[in-house]
Amino acid sequence: MTNHWVDIKNADVVLIMGGNAAEAHPCGFKWVTEAKAHNKARLVVVDPRFTRSAAMSDYYAPLRAGTDIAFLGGVINYLLANDKIQHEYVRNYTNATFVLTDKYSFADGIFSGYNEAKRSYDASSWGYEIGKDGFAVVDPTMQDPRCVFQVLKKHYSRYTPEVVSKVCGTPKEAFLKVCEYIASTSAPDRAMTVMYALGWTQHSTGTQMIRTAAMMQLLLGNIGVAGGGMNALRGHSNIQGLTDLGLLSNLLPGYLTLPREGEQDYEGYIKSRTLKPLRPNQVSYWQNYPKFHVSLMKAWFGNAATKENNWAFDYLPKLDRNYDVLQAFELMGQGKMNGYICQGFNPVASFPHKAKIIKGLSNLKFLVVIDPLATETSEFWKNFGPYNDVDTANIKTEVIRLPSTCFAEEDGSLTNSGRWLQWHWKGAPPPGEAKADADIIAEIFVRIRALYAKEGGTFPEPVTSLTWTYRLPRSPSPEELAMEYNGKALADVLAPPDPKNPKAPQAVLVPAGQQLPSFAMLRDDGSTSCGCWIYSGAWTQAGNQMARRDNSDPFGIGQTLGWAWSWPVNRRILYNAASADPTGKPWDPRRKLVFFNGKTWGGADVPDMVPTASPQEVHPFIMTAEGVAKLFVPSGMADGPLPEHYEPFESPLTANPLNPGNAKAFSNPAARVFKGDMEAFGKPKDFPYSATTYRLTEHFHYWTKHVDSNAITQPQQFVEIGEELAKEKGIAHGDMVKVRSNRGEIVTVAVVTKRIKALDCGGTKVHTVGIPNHWGFKGVAKMGYLANTLTPFVGDANTQTPEYKAFTVNIEKA
Amino acid sequence: MDMNRRQFFKACTTGLGASSLAMLGFSPQPVLAETRSFKLAKATETRNTCPYCSVGCGILMYSLGDRAKNATAEIFHIEGDPDHPVNRGTLCPKGAGLLDFVHSESRLKYPEYRAPGSSDWKRISWNEALDKVAKLMKADRDANFVKQTADGKTVNRWLTTGMLAASASSNESGYITHKVMRSMGVLVFDNQARV
Repeated sequence: MTNHWVDIKNADVVLIMGGNAAEAHPCGFKWVTEAKAHNKARLVVVDPRFTRSAAMSDYYAPLRAGTDIAFLGGVINYLLANDKIQHEYVRNYTNATFVLTDKYSFADGIFSGYNEAKRSYDASSWGYEIGKDGFAVVDPTMQDPRCVFQVLKKHYSRYTPEVVSKVCGTPKEAFLKVCEYIASTSAPDRAMTVMYALGWTQHSTGTQMIRTAAMMQLLLGNIGVAGGGMNALRGHSNIQGLTDLGLLSNLLPGYLTLPREGEQDYEGYIKSRTLKPLRPNQVSYWQNYPKFHVSLMKAWFGNAATKENNWAFDYLPKLDRNYDVLQAFELMGQGKMNGYICQGFNPVASFPHKAKIIKGLSNLKFLVVIDPLATETSEFWKNFGPYNDVDTANIKTEVIRLPSTCFAEEDGSLTNSGRWLQWHWKGAPPPGEAKADADIIAEIFVRIRALYAKEGGTFPEPVTSLTWTYRLPRSPSPEELAMEYNGKALADVLAPPDPKNPKAPQAVLVPAGQQLPSFAMLRDDGSTSCGCWIYSGAWTQAGNQMARRDNSDPFGIGQTLGWAWSWPVNRRILYNAASADPTGKPWDPRRKLVFFNGKTWGGADVPDMVPTASPQEVHPFIMTAEGVAKLFVPSGMADGPLPEHYEPFESPLTANPLNPGNAKAFSNPAARVFKGDMEAFGKPKDFPYSATTYRLTEHFHYWTKHVDSNAITQPQQFVEIGEELAKEKGIAHGDMVKVRSNRGEIVTVAVVTKRIKALDCGGTKVHTVGIPNHWGFKGVAKMGYLANTLTPFVGDANTQTPEYKAFTVNIEKA
Repeated sequence: MDMNRRQFFKACTTGLGASSLAMLGFSPQPVLAETRSFKLAKATETRNTCPYCSVGCGILMYSLGDRAKNATAEIFHIEGDPDHPVNRGTLCPKGAGLLDFVHSESRLKYPEYRAPGSSDWKRISWNEALDKVAKLMKADRDANFVKQTADGKTVNRWLTTGMLAASASSNESGYITHKVMRSMGVLVFDNQARV
């Protein structure tokens, strides 16, 4: 989230789209209820189903699963056509004024630079025009036809209300009503927050769906203000933490990135990530990348990371491609992987195309499962009849299942969706011989290290040089680990020389051995160590900031700066300098956040700005090279600088209504599709119904079917279909039905509901089948088919997040 | 009488509720009503966070035992933390059922091993399990680690073993897991953020 849970109470309009907060984040949703009760806020919900959030809304509009870009692009068109934008915010805080080169073009759904054979773009034609001064050229009048504002206007001029209705199936009046609610927040004293979740991420165009909404929010001036923001509602209690710590194929902690194999030269690797400002006087905070990187390498390799060896650059593995989960199971299916460790993760249940997952695991030599619960994955080799019909004797995978503690049985911190790191304490020991996750990993590591020391092996150096000074080597304490990722001074951290008195001794900012107060103290000369730069400040010399429990709200807008600790540097609302105009005066005096008094920034949050920087010169989006937010993204997006609607890979339509004449632009032209999978996607004649998976409030993924009270409240699997489809197929409420996709079938109970209506998409009637996903073949609830038996094995062009939310099925009475 | 939770508990520990007078039915209604408070009055209260979604609701866990070295704690009640600024003491159906998660019959207790082709689990010791895992991983790394590509680029990566890390594990656990796996050159590495 750019903002946080309690801040939602400050909104005037709440848009829940691509998510279902009342269902999946009920205790966070209370802040929507508060906004309605105390701030006269209106809740607008846009979803394929009339969800529990819709039931709480002031207005609900339906849309076909997978068509969110068309809808939001239509909103952008509406805002621009009706001049409902926050003009000064757009001019000063976005790249609307930036000018592109004449190499950029877009036609028939494809951007310039497309390579059809590689299914990828060369983004060089998307760049800004660079002036003689080396900075990007801007046109403050926003009239230049090549300026971002005009390019944006032209791009979304195709997304008329009629086109939106045709693509999304949303009745035109409903779409326009939603636009009116949204447009009302273009006023500087009205704010809208967008609450979204997996309904946007789990699509082959997911990242661009989120982009479209972010662009809408920027046009309205809703980013960086109280009650505004792009609020991602994450799935798990510490998914934010694991993301921040970089436990993904291509990342290092703190959103640093691993080198690609073409980056053989350390200087080049660092230089490309050290973003120099594209406009004069801008902060471009990633300019400090070397400090973050060197401090990380010192944390991991200590004295083995030196200036001479480029801070142990060669100890880092280099990527030839992304090894995300879809890629991993593709390789397993080809017999190219031998081992897999599943810690607190249940891929047999959670990954798409169950048959492919089972096949992959069956090809492994060994599988290690670390979990508090007995999961489907740990028993993928057992035959459970139709729920898991496998040939046990022919599965040669060795499986080692290790019992771990759960939340109640350990000390440590979790990072919530609002970026708050909250420390928790152990209440009891675990059952039996279960061990803490950190202990299990440590035990495995010290054994591997001992084997290398004893018998040698391939390239042991990074293993034997890894810093490991924990008091109990086989059980590093949470405190030691938190202090390590916070960072400390290895040598005295000195202030820069005083320009007026260069010979004077430099002041010691942090003495050697002390914890760092924040990442502002990081150095690139090896004098600092820090395991995760954005977490620097979590455990300072003053102690564990994450354990703080002062819930006072002195400003009355939900800013509890004394409760726990948020990254970065306890800042609660990101980009908060954008809540003030370019003179530093808040846009909305009623909802003051931070302001500039002529000398320094201050207010109800940690200012997201250099404390003494004048807003006349320095713009609020300090992490971008531009200094402003990007409506148009010149580089970094795999599938285009602007979002464009593409159909899901399995669509109930045979052509993309936005570009019906161009088959290349039917689905995402830059999404990765493995060989053989394109032909295997279901066609409308066999699988005519749009399908989507989702969650129930009583259950959490595949965990709570192991929990008595939750299993009692929702014991049995079901699917939901609308009354019209039920009538067409002769299915009565409560009948057993078979739901089939091109990958498998499930048999379950049909719930016939008014909550899902057929949509008219330009003359094609589209029905939707709703598939809640909480059942499986292990647990205390009734046995069920894993919903991912049905889902497609294709992901987002940028993140590779699978397209669980929009695929096609057929359904009939069982 | 106006009192907060903690004052109420304190008052109840000195009350008549558990006395034999009350048990024999010789005390008035309000005293008998006090007996409900005893369930938590002697418990140890610990602050924690709900492990399910990312609201990160504050919870209070109540366990038997006073944390003395030889006292085995057991959690017997979990409720929302009223001090928490986000959930203010409330919990949703998932959080409200946490006690049943902690005590689920599906909780794993011992390391187990499934041999190739077998249809059963065999219980093994931690030592045996950890040694086995370490040996399997090292053997795979030694055999398949790629130092350089065919065209001479230094890559130092190990692609034949991968890991999925837990999005409900703590930051501290996640940090040490990343440090360990990356030091071995692992690139096939994700957590639930990917899906």
